[in-house]
This record gives sequence, C-alpha cells and structure tokens, in this order.
Amino acid sequence: MAEPSTPGAHRDADHPGTARFGAYFDAASTEPPHPAARAALLEALDAGWADPARLYGTARGARVLLDRARARVAGVLGARPDEVSFTSSGTQAVHLAVLGGLLARRRAGRHLVVSAVEHSSVLHAAEAHEREGGEVTVVGVDETGRADPAEFAAALRPDTALACLQSANHEVGTVQPVAEVAQACRGAGVPLFVDAAQSLGRADVPDGWSLLAGSAHKWGGPAGVGVLAVRKGVRWRSPLPDDERERRRVPGFENVPAVVAAAAALEAYRAEMEAEAPRLSALVDRVRAEVPRTVPDVQVVGDPVRRLPHLVTFSCLYVEGEALLTELDRLGFAVSSGSSCTADTLRPSHVLEAMGVITHGNVRVSLPRDVRADDVDRFLAVLPDVVARLRRTTPNDPTPNGPTPNGPALNPTTDDPAADDTTTDGSDTSTFETGRRSRP
Amino acid sequence: MRFRGRAKNGAAPAAPPPPAEASPGPPPVLVIDALGRKCPIPIIMLAERIREVPVGQVVAVLADDAAARTDVPAWCRMKSQDFVWEETLQQGGWGFHIRRTY
Repeated sequence: MAEPSTPGAHRDADHPGTARFGAYFDAASTEPPHPAARAALLEALDAGWADPARLYGTARGARVLLDRARARVAGVLGARPDEVSFTSSGTQAVHLAVLGGLLARRRAGRHLVVSAVEHSSVLHAAEAHEREGGEVTVVGVDETGRADPAEFAAALRPDTALACLQSANHEVGTVQPVAEVAQACRGAGVPLFVDAAQSLGRADVPDGWSLLAGSAHKWGGPAGVGVLAVRKGVRWRSPLPDDERERRRVPGFENVPAVVAAAAALEAYRAEMEAEAPRLSALVDRVRAEVPRTVPDVQVVGDPVRRLPHLVTFSCLYVEGEALLTELDRLGFAVSSGSSCTADTLRPSHVLEAMGVITHGNVRVSLPRDVRADDVDRFLAVLPDVVARLRRTTPNDPTPNGPTPNGPALNPTTDDPAADDTTTDGSDTSTFETGRRSRP
Repeated sequence: MRFRGRAKNGAAPAAPPPPAEASPGPPPVLVIDALGRKCPIPIIMLAERIREVPVGQVVAVLADDAAARTDVPAWCRMKSQDFVWEETLQQGGWGFHIRRTY
C-alpha cells in the first residue's frame, strides 16, 4: 500500500483524499475537488461563459447561474443573497473585508483589533493599515491558541473601527469564541469581521458576524473563488478603484463557472459533513491519543475539545520539521508543518509562537472528506519509527541511548551503539562535545 | 503591532526591551553556545547538557535562531524546568537562562 510517490499518479475517484500512491492529509491547505464541483464546473463552462452584466439571452442565463449560486452560498452562510459577493480568492475577500471595513468607519477612528493567530492575510492587511497611519492592537491567545473574550473586549476602544477574529484556527484547529466576542463588539458598537475560511462547510457559521470571508478551495470548490459577506446595515466601502461588478464590492469580470462549481461544492460538502465531521473528528481523536502514546517527547497542541473536526497539530522534540515532512512524503503521506525550516523566511509559524508551544518538529494533519481510516492507522503505525530514525540521525542528537532529563528514553525502540556515527551532517557536528554527553 | 509573519519581505522581529542592568537571575554555571545553529539544535544541546549543572543551578543557551525564543521556554514548560529569563546579546541573538529543577 505504501508505494513510493509517483508524480501524476491517479486519484481514486471514490476517495478524493486518497491518491493511489498514498494519503493526502493536508485538507487545511486545500481540499481535493468535490465531485459536485467538477460536474457543475463542466456544465457551467458551456452555460455560464457570457457577461452576466449584459441584457441578451445568454447573458441573462449567466446572470441566473450567478444569482442562483449566490443564493445557495447565502443559504449555507445563513445570510441574505444580497449580502454575499464573490471574490477572486479567499485572500482577496479578507483584504476587502478588513480594509473596506476600516475605510467605511474612518470617522469613528483608525484603530483595529486582531487576534494574534489570524491568517496571514488578515495580519498583512493589518500591517498595510498600520503603514497608512492606522493603529493595531493584537490580542494574544492562551496555550491552546484561543483568544480570551474578556481580553478581546478590553481591547475595544471608542475609536476602534473594526475587530477581526477567525472562526477557527487554520494551523491548530482551535475554535475561537466568536459568539462571546461578537456580543462584546455589539456592545461597543464595533463591527466584527470573521475569517471563516477554515471552518466554512465543515461547521456552522458562528453567529454575530458583521463581515465574513471564505475560500472555495477549502471546501472542495475550485481555486480562485472567495466569498465576502457584508451584513445588511454594516458600513463598508471598497478600498479599490470603483467597479460595477458584484454590487460594486469586487472589481473584475465574474468567473461564473467557477462560482457555480464553488456553490455546488459548498452545498454538497456541508450536507455530507453532518455525517462526515463526526467521523473525521473521531479519527483526529485517535491521532491525538495515539501519537503521544507511541512517540516519546511529543507535544500535541490546540484545544482537544473546542476544535475543528478534521485538524490536529503536534510537535516532535529534537526533530526538524522539514526532515519529518520529507520522510513522511517518501512514505506517501502529504502533511504540512509550521516549523521555521519549512518556511521561505525560516521563521516559525506566528500561530505556534503566539501559543508559546514547541515550533520545531511540527506536523499538521488535516483530513479531507472521505479519508480512509486505514490510511490514518497506517500513518500512526509508521510515525514512531520515522521520528526515532530522524532523532538518531539529527546532528547533536542528545543522549541517543539514554533517557531524557524527565525519564522516558528518547529512542526506546532502538539501542544502536553506532548511532553516534550516523550523523548526516559531517561538517561541524564534531564541534559539539560528543564525548561529554551526560549519561545516566 | 508585532506580526512576525513569514512574508518574504517581513521585517526582522522587533527586539525585546533591553534587559535591566541587574540580571534577574544568578549567573549561569554553564553556557552553551548554539549561535549560528538552527532549531532544533539549540534545544538538543540544552537537553543533552542540562544534566551537567547541579540541580538548582542555572544553564544558559546562546542562540540566534528566532525559533529558540519560543522553543526554549516551551521546552522548559514541557520538561518542568525553570525558565528564568531571556537576555539580548550585543552581537545579536539571545541568551536563555534555565534553572535545572531535577
């Protein structure tokens, strides 16, 4: 089953999360295309190519498809269709929500409140606001990655123009207290933007948002479709040059076929999640329980209960995240990591930093719909050996044959006296006093 | 705002406030030089050598990988060691002071 990865290998049509060569556990980055999206996209490519702003028959047909898609998405969001606009990405929806929400309330003030664990698109928009002379307050999180509603409420001021809180965290899965924060925002007269990209389609949309953003490829729709929702009565003004499209909210010609596919996928996905989310959640519970039992020196992070159904993150002490990802990929498992060595900038994830948890050796497992339970079991079966092997070969491996300071042996499954000689990095590992290792 | 994001052109992390003149802890009896080493190496060196100092004494790890600022205190919490303080080094990087508790 664990065949080496083959580029271009076929996907199993019945199990989009499972390529024939291995298992796809990176749904939080992007969900494999939903069959409903594929069918709707093919149909709409032929029926929905015309300009929905024109008045002739084919154009009116495209307009009908677009509006129908809008109504379907609005239904899942619990919104009115005229509150929903389609953008060209989730990131664009976030940028428009944050900057447009701020711009419309400029008279109230230029103060923005965000949580420390928002998606980078929110934080980059906040940085842009700061560069333009605005002020930003970042609300911290506890060790599970959850923002404290009281702390969030305390950050609101008379000149606060907008507050931003994600529905759930994209890296560790912790669900945020949106309802409580929304209540505080309502009390203070501050609109709340909820970035729901990671939860939309998987869980109910939390109540109390003023602005909301989502991304279609996270629920099995096509890439290049985002959703921006602005509640009736909430002030919003486009930060971009004027354009007539999407009720003057989003510039550019609508991608009707992709929007139709996104809406079809969202409806189907949301319906399936009634049964699928509990199944995925049970698999995540299994990972959360098994990994610390079978792998020594592991920290499973994020809230164990108030969490997304499909996502779990853990950090393995003394291992490079990149090495872990590479080795798991070789065995046919696609996962992601928040460790610095896996980032372009060699900076660890701002989420793990804000939580104050171990950032190296980090693995995020996020399960797509229809993931096979036996793939998860296979992952759990190979992980202990992968981690043990990497710890053996990491330069400056501490006490490869002995216990770590608090008891359990680092590599209980191995007792290889030659482990000291298996360092992969021959360059400067000897500069560290290998002969002076503290041993029991 | 202190978003130390992973954007390619992201600014360097804001330096923490300079440490008070009087250090908040006793001098270390062992200093581990992990400057220039990427995480997890500084953590590995710390785990490997903390037993060289007597229980109750302080070991310092010098590192300039920003991940160590999160990982050293997180390791201490996980291992029930006592993270005493972080100093900013003149030459760049940080010194992390840890008291061995057992």
